[in-house]
Amino acid sequence: MAEMPIIDTRKCDGCGLCVSVCHCNALEVVNNIITIIETVECDWCTDCEAVCPTGAISCPFEIIIQEL
Amino acid sequence: MAVQLEFLKSILYFSDLGLAELESIRKLVFEKTADRAEVVLLEGESAANLYFVASGAVKVFKTSAEGKEQILDIVRPGESFNDVPIFDGGPNPASARTMGPVLLYGIKKNDMEAILRDHPQIALNVIKVLAKRVRHLVSLVEDLSFRHVISRVAKILFEHIGGEMGRGPRLTQQEMAAMAGTAREVVGRSLKALEEEGAIKLDRHRIIITDKEALQEIMEVTS
Ligand code: SF4
Ligand code: SF4
Repeated sequence: MAEMPIIDTRKCDGCGLCVSVCHCNALEVVNNIITIIETVECDWCTDCEAVCPTGAISCPFEIIIQEL
Repeated sequence: MAVQLEFLKSILYFSDLGLAELESIRKLVFEKTADRAEVVLLEGESAANLYFVASGAVKVFKTSAEGKEQILDIVRPGESFNDVPIFDGGPNPASARTMGPVLLYGIKKNDMEAILRDHPQIALNVIKVLAKRVRHLVSLVEDLSFRHVISRVAKILFEHIGGEMGRGPRLTQQEMAAMAGTAREVVGRSLKALEEEGAIKLDRHRIIITDKEALQEIMEVTS
Protein backbone atom coordinates (compact mmCIF):
# COMPACT_ATOMS: atom_id res chain seq x y z
CA MET A 1 0.00 0.00 0.00
CA ALA A 2 1.49 3.30 -1.03
CA GLU A 3 1.43 6.11 1.48
CA MET A 4 -0.43 9.08 0.01
CA PRO A 5 -0.86 12.76 0.91
CA ILE A 6 -3.59 13.41 3.45
CA ILE A 7 -6.75 15.27 2.56
CA ASP A 8 -8.97 17.27 4.84
CA THR A 9 -12.20 17.28 2.82
CA ARG A 10 -13.76 19.88 5.13
CA LYS A 11 -11.25 22.44 3.93
CA CYS A 12 -11.43 21.60 0.21
CA ASP A 13 -13.46 23.95 -1.98
CA GLY A 14 -13.04 21.86 -5.13
CA CYS A 15 -10.99 24.45 -7.03
CA GLY A 16 -8.95 21.73 -8.73
CA LEU A 17 -5.61 23.51 -8.55
CA CYS A 18 -3.90 20.48 -6.99
CA VAL A 19 -5.27 18.28 -9.77
CA SER A 20 -3.64 20.51 -12.37
CA VAL A 21 -0.19 20.32 -10.80
CA CYS A 22 -0.03 16.61 -9.90
CA HIS A 23 2.21 14.88 -12.43
CA CYS A 24 0.86 11.38 -11.76
CA ASN A 25 -2.89 12.00 -11.88
CA ALA A 26 -3.31 10.94 -8.28
CA LEU A 27 -5.88 13.64 -7.60
CA GLU A 28 -9.36 14.13 -8.92
CA VAL A 29 -12.27 16.39 -8.01
CA VAL A 30 -15.44 14.32 -7.58
CA ASN A 31 -18.66 16.11 -6.67
CA ASN A 32 -16.71 19.24 -5.87
CA ILE A 33 -14.43 17.49 -3.37
CA ILE A 34 -10.91 16.29 -3.89
CA THR A 35 -10.25 12.57 -3.86
CA ILE A 36 -6.95 10.80 -3.97
CA ILE A 37 -6.08 7.67 -5.90
CA GLU A 38 -3.39 5.49 -4.44
CA THR A 39 -0.36 5.19 -6.70
CA VAL A 40 3.34 4.46 -6.31
CA GLU A 41 3.90 7.08 -9.02
CA CYS A 42 3.43 9.78 -6.38
CA ASP A 43 6.97 10.84 -5.51
CA TRP A 44 5.96 13.14 -2.64
CA CYS A 45 6.89 16.22 -4.65
CA THR A 46 4.54 18.12 -2.26
CA ASP A 47 3.37 20.41 -5.08
CA CYS A 48 -0.28 19.63 -4.24
CA GLU A 49 0.27 20.82 -0.66
CA ALA A 50 2.16 23.88 -1.88
CA VAL A 51 -0.54 25.10 -4.27
CA CYS A 52 -3.67 24.35 -2.27
CA PRO A 53 -5.08 27.75 -1.29
CA THR A 54 -7.07 26.36 1.63
CA GLY A 55 -4.54 24.05 3.23
CA ALA A 56 -6.67 20.97 2.53
CA ILE A 57 -3.77 18.72 1.49
CA SER A 58 -0.76 17.78 3.55
CA CYS A 59 2.30 15.74 2.66
CA PRO A 60 3.78 14.87 6.05
CA PHE A 61 7.24 13.37 6.44
CA GLU A 62 8.20 10.61 8.80
CA ILE A 63 11.60 11.28 10.30
CA ILE A 64 13.71 8.19 10.97
CA ILE A 65 17.31 7.35 11.71
CA GLN A 66 19.02 5.13 9.20
CA GLU A 67 19.49 1.64 10.53
CA LEU A 68 23.04 0.47 10.32
CA MET B 1 -12.12 30.90 -25.47
CA ALA B 2 -12.86 34.56 -24.92
CA VAL B 3 -11.29 36.40 -22.03
CA GLN B 4 -13.91 36.49 -19.29
CA LEU B 5 -14.94 39.86 -17.91
CA GLU B 6 -15.81 38.27 -14.60
CA PHE B 7 -12.33 36.85 -14.32
CA LEU B 8 -10.76 40.24 -15.10
CA LYS B 9 -12.86 41.73 -12.31
CA SER B 10 -11.51 39.12 -9.89
CA ILE B 11 -7.93 40.27 -10.53
CA LEU B 12 -6.89 42.70 -7.81
CA TYR B 13 -5.41 45.09 -10.39
CA PHE B 14 -8.79 45.66 -11.98
CA SER B 15 -11.17 45.09 -9.08
CA ASP B 16 -12.27 48.73 -8.86
CA LEU B 17 -13.22 49.08 -12.51
CA GLY B 18 -16.70 49.12 -13.97
CA LEU B 19 -17.89 46.89 -16.79
CA ALA B 20 -17.30 49.46 -19.54
CA GLU B 21 -13.72 49.98 -18.41
CA LEU B 22 -13.11 46.25 -18.13
CA GLU B 23 -14.47 45.83 -21.62
CA SER B 24 -11.90 48.28 -22.99
CA ILE B 25 -9.12 46.44 -21.16
CA ARG B 26 -10.34 43.06 -22.35
CA LYS B 27 -9.43 44.03 -25.92
CA LEU B 28 -5.79 44.31 -24.89
CA VAL B 29 -5.62 40.95 -23.11
CA PHE B 30 -4.28 37.95 -25.00
CA GLU B 31 -4.40 34.31 -24.00
CA LYS B 32 -1.43 32.02 -23.75
CA THR B 33 -1.57 28.35 -22.89
CA ALA B 34 1.36 26.27 -21.73
CA ASP B 35 1.87 22.65 -20.79
CA ARG B 36 3.38 21.26 -17.61
CA ALA B 37 6.95 22.31 -16.81
CA GLU B 38 7.22 24.94 -19.53
CA VAL B 39 9.47 27.89 -18.81
CA VAL B 40 7.31 30.89 -19.63
CA LEU B 41 9.79 33.53 -18.50
CA LEU B 42 13.55 33.44 -18.37
CA GLU B 43 15.55 35.42 -15.82
CA GLY B 44 17.64 38.16 -17.45
CA GLU B 45 15.61 38.40 -20.64
CA SER B 46 13.85 41.62 -21.48
CA ALA B 47 10.29 41.75 -20.26
CA ALA B 48 7.60 42.04 -22.89
CA ASN B 49 4.39 41.12 -21.09
CA LEU B 50 2.61 41.21 -17.77
CA TYR B 51 0.88 37.92 -16.99
CA PHE B 52 -2.09 36.88 -14.91
CA VAL B 53 -2.76 33.23 -14.16
CA ALA B 54 -6.28 32.33 -15.33
CA SER B 55 -6.04 28.64 -14.43
CA GLY B 56 -3.30 26.38 -13.09
CA ALA B 57 -0.24 27.46 -11.11
CA VAL B 58 3.16 28.93 -11.94
CA LYS B 59 6.37 28.73 -9.95
CA VAL B 60 8.61 31.82 -9.87
CA PHE B 61 12.24 30.96 -9.17
CA LYS B 62 15.83 32.06 -9.43
CA THR B 63 18.73 29.88 -10.47
CA SER B 64 22.13 30.19 -8.81
CA ALA B 65 25.46 30.05 -10.64
CA GLU B 66 25.71 26.38 -9.59
CA GLY B 67 22.33 25.70 -11.17
CA LYS B 68 20.39 25.44 -7.92
CA GLU B 69 16.83 26.67 -7.94
CA GLN B 70 15.21 28.76 -5.27
CA ILE B 71 11.44 29.13 -5.41
CA LEU B 72 10.35 32.68 -4.68
CA ASP B 73 6.64 32.36 -5.14
CA ILE B 74 3.77 30.25 -6.40
CA VAL B 75 1.34 32.21 -8.53
CA ARG B 76 -2.28 31.05 -8.36
CA PRO B 77 -5.38 31.95 -10.41
CA GLY B 78 -6.12 35.67 -10.28
CA GLU B 79 -2.56 36.60 -9.35
CA SER B 80 0.03 38.28 -11.55
CA PHE B 81 3.70 37.79 -12.25
CA ASN B 82 6.40 39.75 -14.05
CA ASP B 83 4.95 43.02 -12.74
CA VAL B 84 8.26 44.49 -11.60
CA PRO B 85 10.09 44.62 -14.97
CA ILE B 86 6.93 45.83 -16.68
CA PHE B 87 6.97 48.93 -14.51
CA ASP B 88 10.70 49.52 -14.07
CA GLY B 89 11.72 48.62 -17.61
CA GLY B 90 14.49 46.23 -16.54
CA PRO B 91 14.96 42.57 -17.47
CA ASN B 92 12.99 39.70 -15.86
CA PRO B 93 14.30 39.40 -12.29
CA ALA B 94 13.34 35.72 -12.07
CA SER B 95 12.22 32.82 -14.23
CA ALA B 96 8.77 31.27 -14.22
CA ARG B 97 7.79 27.68 -14.94
CA THR B 98 4.33 26.15 -15.14
CA MET B 99 3.50 23.54 -12.47
CA GLY B 100 0.90 21.89 -14.70
CA PRO B 101 -1.12 22.94 -17.74
CA VAL B 102 -1.93 26.64 -17.42
CA LEU B 103 -3.93 29.36 -19.08
CA LEU B 104 -2.37 32.79 -18.84
CA TYR B 105 -3.77 36.20 -19.67
CA GLY B 106 -1.07 38.53 -20.94
CA ILE B 107 -0.94 42.26 -21.47
CA LYS B 108 1.88 43.83 -23.49
CA LYS B 109 4.08 46.26 -21.65
CA ASN B 110 3.04 49.23 -23.81
CA ASP B 111 -0.62 48.35 -23.47
CA MET B 112 -0.27 48.17 -19.70
CA GLU B 113 1.24 51.64 -19.70
CA ALA B 114 -1.71 52.90 -21.73
CA ILE B 115 -4.17 51.19 -19.36
CA LEU B 116 -2.54 52.92 -16.39
CA ARG B 117 -2.71 56.28 -18.16
CA ASP B 118 -6.38 55.83 -19.06
CA HIS B 119 -7.43 54.38 -15.71
CA PRO B 120 -5.17 55.95 -13.08
CA GLN B 121 -7.33 54.53 -10.27
CA ILE B 122 -5.68 51.16 -11.04
CA ALA B 123 -2.40 52.50 -9.69
CA LEU B 124 -3.47 52.12 -6.07
CA ASN B 125 -4.17 48.42 -6.59
CA VAL B 126 -0.89 47.96 -8.45
CA ILE B 127 0.87 49.49 -5.45
CA LYS B 128 -0.90 47.05 -3.14
CA VAL B 129 0.20 44.09 -5.27
CA LEU B 130 3.79 45.32 -5.43
CA ALA B 131 3.92 46.15 -1.71
CA LYS B 132 2.74 42.65 -0.85
CA ARG B 133 5.42 41.23 -3.12
CA VAL B 134 8.14 43.35 -1.51
CA ARG B 135 7.04 42.21 1.93
CA HIS B 136 7.18 38.55 0.90
CA LEU B 137 10.62 38.91 -0.69
CA VAL B 138 12.03 40.82 2.27
CA SER B 139 10.93 38.01 4.58
CA LEU B 140 12.67 35.48 2.34
CA VAL B 141 15.91 37.44 2.04
CA GLU B 142 17.04 37.15 5.62
CA ASP B 143 16.23 33.49 5.96
CA LEU B 144 17.86 32.57 2.69
CA SER B 145 21.08 34.44 3.34
CA PHE B 146 22.02 33.02 6.73
CA ARG B 147 22.60 29.53 7.94
CA HIS B 148 20.53 29.79 11.09
CA VAL B 149 17.40 28.51 9.38
CA ILE B 150 19.18 25.37 8.19
CA SER B 151 20.31 24.75 11.74
CA ARG B 152 16.78 25.34 13.02
CA VAL B 153 15.39 22.87 10.50
CA ALA B 154 18.08 20.37 11.53
CA LYS B 155 16.99 20.78 15.15
CA ILE B 156 13.31 20.29 14.28
CA LEU B 157 14.15 17.05 12.45
CA PHE B 158 16.21 15.87 15.38
CA GLU B 159 13.42 16.55 17.84
CA HIS B 160 10.86 14.66 15.77
CA ILE B 161 12.63 11.41 15.12
CA GLY B 162 10.13 8.56 15.18
CA GLY B 163 10.62 5.34 17.08
CA GLU B 164 12.09 2.35 15.31
CA MET B 165 8.83 0.48 14.95
CA GLY B 166 5.93 2.78 15.64
CA ARG B 167 5.30 6.08 14.01
CA GLY B 168 6.68 9.28 15.36
CA PRO B 169 4.97 12.56 14.78
CA ARG B 170 4.90 13.35 11.09
CA LEU B 171 5.63 16.83 9.85
CA THR B 172 4.77 18.71 6.67
CA GLN B 173 7.10 21.33 5.20
CA GLN B 174 4.43 23.86 6.13
CA GLU B 175 4.59 22.79 9.78
CA MET B 176 8.39 22.82 9.79
CA ALA B 177 8.23 26.35 8.36
CA ALA B 178 5.90 27.49 11.13
CA MET B 179 8.18 25.93 13.77
CA ALA B 180 11.31 27.49 12.28
CA GLY B 181 9.58 30.85 11.88
CA THR B 182 10.18 30.96 8.18
CA ALA B 183 8.47 30.43 4.81
CA ARG B 184 7.79 27.06 3.24
CA GLU B 185 10.13 27.94 0.36
CA VAL B 186 13.02 28.26 2.79
CA VAL B 187 12.32 24.87 4.38
CA GLY B 188 12.43 23.20 0.97
CA ARG B 189 15.82 24.71 0.35
CA SER B 190 17.10 23.81 3.84
CA LEU B 191 16.12 20.17 3.38
CA LYS B 192 17.98 20.12 0.06
CA ALA B 193 21.02 21.68 1.69
CA LEU B 194 20.96 19.08 4.49
CA GLU B 195 20.72 16.34 1.90
CA GLU B 196 23.65 17.76 -0.05
CA GLU B 197 25.71 17.85 3.10
CA GLY B 198 24.99 14.16 3.58
CA ALA B 199 23.12 14.54 6.88
CA ILE B 200 19.76 13.34 5.59
CA LYS B 201 18.23 11.54 2.66
CA LEU B 202 14.77 12.28 1.31
CA ASP B 203 13.02 9.05 0.45
CA ARG B 204 9.48 9.85 -0.68
CA HIS B 205 7.52 10.47 2.54
CA ARG B 206 10.51 9.70 4.74
CA ILE B 207 13.35 11.86 5.86
CA ILE B 208 16.13 9.47 6.77
CA ILE B 209 18.82 10.82 9.02
CA THR B 210 21.90 9.23 7.50
CA ASP B 211 24.53 11.02 9.57
CA LYS B 212 23.38 11.93 13.06
CA GLU B 213 26.67 13.59 14.02
CA ALA B 214 26.66 15.79 10.93
CA LEU B 215 23.08 16.83 11.70
CA GLN B 216 24.04 17.67 15.28
CA GLU B 217 26.95 19.77 14.10
CA ILE B 218 24.68 21.73 11.79
CA MET B 219 22.23 22.20 14.67
CA GLU B 220 24.91 23.95 16.66
CA VAL B 221 25.52 26.65 14.07
CA THR B 222 23.66 29.60 15.47
CA SER B 223 24.59 32.57 13.32
S1 SF4 C 1 2.88 14.80 -3.76
FE1 SF4 C 1 3.14 15.33 -5.94
S2 SF4 C 1 2.86 13.39 -7.01
FE2 SF4 C 1 2.04 13.08 -4.94
S3 SF4 C 1 -0.16 13.54 -5.09
FE3 SF4 C 1 0.87 15.47 -4.52
S4 SF4 C 1 1.31 16.52 -6.47
FE4 SF4 C 1 0.82 14.35 -6.95
S1 SF4 D 1 -6.19 22.72 -4.32
FE1 SF4 D 1 -7.02 22.35 -2.24
S2 SF4 D 1 -9.04 23.31 -2.29
FE2 SF4 D 1 -8.41 23.09 -4.44
S3 SF4 D 1 -9.26 21.07 -5.06
FE3 SF4 D 1 -7.18 20.71 -4.33
S4 SF4 D 1 -7.44 20.16 -2.15
FE4 SF4 D 1 -9.36 21.13 -2.81
